[in-house]
Amino acid sequence: MRIAPKYTQRIAIALLGGATLLTLLVLLFIILFVLEKGLPAVTWQFLSQAPRDMGRSGGIFPVIVGTFLLPLLAIAIALPLGVGTAVYLTEYTRETRLTRVIRFGTDCLAGIPSIIFGLFGFIFFVVILGFGWSLLSGGLTLALMILPTIIRTTEEAIRAVPNTFREVSFSLGATRWETVLHVVLPNALPGIATGIMLSLGRSIGETAAVIFTAGSALRMPTSVYDSVRTMAVHFYLLAREGISNENAYGTAAVLILAVLGVNLTAYWIMNRFVGRHT
Amino acid sequence: MTPPDSIKIAVESLSAFYGPDPGLRNINLPIPARSILGIIGPSGSGKTTFLRTLNRLNDLKPESRIEGRVLLDGQDIYHPAFDVVSLRKRVGMVFALPMPLPMSIADNITYGPRLAGIRNRARLDALIETSLQSAFLWDEVKNRLSSSAMRLSGGQQQRLCLARTLAMQPEVILLDEPCSGLDPISTARIEEALTLLKSQYTVVLVTNNTKQAARVADRTAFFLMGELVEVDETRRIFTIPRDSRTGDYVTGRFG
Repeated sequence: MRIAPKYTQRIAIALLGGATLLTLLVLLFIILFVLEKGLPAVTWQFLSQAPRDMGRSGGIFPVIVGTFLLPLLAIAIALPLGVGTAVYLTEYTRETRLTRVIRFGTDCLAGIPSIIFGLFGFIFFVVILGFGWSLLSGGLTLALMILPTIIRTTEEAIRAVPNTFREVSFSLGATRWETVLHVVLPNALPGIATGIMLSLGRSIGETAAVIFTAGSALRMPTSVYDSVRTMAVHFYLLAREGISNENAYGTAAVLILAVLGVNLTAYWIMNRFVGRHT
Repeated sequence: MTPPDSIKIAVESLSAFYGPDPGLRNINLPIPARSILGIIGPSGSGKTTFLRTLNRLNDLKPESRIEGRVLLDGQDIYHPAFDVVSLRKRVGMVFALPMPLPMSIADNITYGPRLAGIRNRARLDALIETSLQSAFLWDEVKNRLSSSAMRLSGGQQQRLCLARTLAMQPEVILLDEPCSGLDPISTARIEEALTLLKSQYTVVLVTNNTKQAARVADRTAFFLMGELVEVDETRRIFTIPRDSRTGDYVTGRFG
């Protein structure tokens, strides 16, 4: 039996709409659940004070600082490396077996579970290089973890820049480097920013790779050789060790709001920045 | 300065290849200084390929290869010691589609001069004004030089591209079907600009519109399937061509 097109159309709309709705509801439920359980703990003191008694009381200020410092350091390390690699692969080499091998390698790197990065970071940065549990070890480990994302998104963004722009630039007497600098990268910026956002999101919520490399010290870091604790790690330890469920959910609420805030700010900056000449 | 009536560019036994097939076969074509050379011919006849061998833009495609020589003021531009970047500063190009860079009108004009090392604000401002005036665009944009070039109309964008090339103060200007997407009024403006420019520049104009060649070119070359069929004074090409294929093309019997 054949169903009339009018009905198949309706069924399709209902199924697709239902799938979208379900996704949104799950997301909304998680956010509301965490906020509902966590927000009562979030006070000005909670945000501005140092933790006391392993986090049973007091606030999470050093943890918030650590949560932002670690991904920022990771991006500061990974961005120049990743963008440089992407520019080299797309603008300076022809498509050969070697570039395909490099690309396959970065894709594999993207699929490695974060705990493996944590283990590697622990053995290499913490032990062999002797950086100890520190901001530096954690930043380097996270940088390795987000490098494939940055390379891949930058590559896609560079490829999307119309070739005619390059030809115009060359025809006006620009060298390849000048063309990359003045024409290719500015036009690839929105795509690169997407990569940064994805990486920021991934590294801000990371626990496994961080706990092995940056440690979990509750003190305020004073140098890159100091251990830090991020909100995700703090949440994990508070909940896992049964130290304080209220403060664990409070931390989770702050983390969710922080990620939301970072995303909104980034989109606002991008819109102001990119909308000008397009 | 090259004296008038002298040869600015001499193309000698030039063949160009993409992969195994020659896109151009054994072209010999002297281009006189301070005049407009029109290049006509049906699509796929190698006009654009020829134009892009003159500023070595074909080099960007890895599979392209050329044989023969192209002499600019007697120097072979394909000689290994010849600097490609300086070549493109001397031989400017306007593309078929209006292709402003996504930046302001003023920045589009100053892009080339800045790369060439001109930093002086007053000099850059002077370049912006004179080049926009030569391209008949100044009056339309003089009050919004810092707004985006992408917001101009197609005809304005193409005149901006011409102005951008003029701001490089090149010796030769290559135009690749510059009016193909433009309305008759914009086309007339560009043609007017070109006829004024030939007192200072050597102009090579590829066009799909034979009438345009008849209107503005001093000499016209007819390309067919990668070969140069003939080149002569425009008047002769359109009235008494030596090759019957030229006659057939300009009278619209094929192409």
